[in-house]
Amino acid sequence: MVERYLAPTTLDEALKALAAGDATIVAGGTDVMPQSQAGRFKLGRTLVNIRRVAGLQGGAKEGDEIRLGALTTISQLREDAFIAKTLPVLAEAADHFASVQIRNMGTLGGNIGNASPAGDTLVPLLVLDAVVELRSAKGMRRLRLDEFFTGPGKTKRTPDELITNIFVPAPKPGFVARFAKFGTRPALDISAVSVGIAGIVKDGKISNVRVAYGAVAPTPVRGRAAEAALEGKTLDAATLAAAAKAAQGEVKPISDRRATAWYRREMIHNLVKKVLADVAHG
Amino acid sequence: MSLTVEIRFTLNGSPTRAAVPPGLTALAMLRDIVGLTGTKYGCGEGECGACTILVDGLSVNSCLMFAVECDGRAITTVEGLAADPANDRLRDAFVEEGGVQCGFCTPGMIVQSKYLLSQHPHPSHEQIRRGLEGNLCRCTGYKKIIEAVAKAAEGTP
Repeated sequence: MVERYLAPTTLDEALKALAAGDATIVAGGTDVMPQSQAGRFKLGRTLVNIRRVAGLQGGAKEGDEIRLGALTTISQLREDAFIAKTLPVLAEAADHFASVQIRNMGTLGGNIGNASPAGDTLVPLLVLDAVVELRSAKGMRRLRLDEFFTGPGKTKRTPDELITNIFVPAPKPGFVARFAKFGTRPALDISAVSVGIAGIVKDGKISNVRVAYGAVAPTPVRGRAAEAALEGKTLDAATLAAAAKAAQGEVKPISDRRATAWYRREMIHNLVKKVLADVAHG
Repeated sequence: MSLTVEIRFTLNGSPTRAAVPPGLTALAMLRDIVGLTGTKYGCGEGECGACTILVDGLSVNSCLMFAVECDGRAITTVEGLAADPANDRLRDAFVEEGGVQCGFCTPGMIVQSKYLLSQHPHPSHEQIRRGLEGNLCRCTGYKKIIEAVAKAAEGTP
């Protein structure tokens, strides 16, 4: 039962509210609300609505990093000119995210905190080498996104911490990142599988390769075998085939109502080929 | 006595106050506390768009929104659109093109169409389809709904 409702406008107030314990954080509410209505998630004694906290919106270059505020909505990711120019893979993922109405409410920080294995911004953020900034009344720490998720809906965030920003290294010359998801319809469907691939493409060769998959494990995961099959290689048909085979071999999906494990492995194979072809074409 | 929160907001242009439990949806507040039943409860989990409202000009699913989040905001429902003659063209286009069958999705379709036309005053058919991707019509009357939105956009300066 909620006994207290707070809508802080500053980060300090928000962190103080979390420090008091048993608080539920809400921003867009697009996951908290349906989960709590269905009785699958119990709201804490304090409901902390962080929507009005100043300074956590939008993207900006800071030194050799790009900072993305946790309260940036998915619509803002999709429409922001700076993000479209510097991190087009995120704008592309945002374009295929849920529906217009949900994009207008849902936030980047919420998508990360919700930690769905199929979260649509998570696979692109993994291949962008994203780092999550967490703040609490006690201080600040940063965790690599590929070490942040611990299970479906579970992360290393402690209850008194707030996801405040996401940092990604500013792309170097030749950097290309692409993402594709597969579901039964473009809108509103939770991905059956998704694939992201990034790297620096120079003279037809790819290096600094990052591969990530969604919806094939308890969390979004890096594809280390596919990365090894690609690192330093020329992006020709043989490399594409080897990477797709490595990807198919390293994922361990489950069968559920969206797809069988066999089908997911087949789709990972095919999507890796497709996304690599996109990467090869820049 | 469980907690209620006093909120103030603008509803269809009029200053409004309400006392709402913190876990309540904006949709339940509109229908059960304020008494505006034009906004529909369809799926209750953001899949169907029947509960679409405008919040500070942005379309959202009111079934996913906390009522307390309405505090300080400008809320527009289908009743607010109906009261404004500027939207007569949109309503008439739905009637003339046969964009209404059972009518349950219509309030959400109208509000989402209003938002779509505010973003794209002269939308292509593809932009209309994308703009309405979060709204389901159980009668599957999509073709005529898309034609209605296209017609509403005709002659818009």
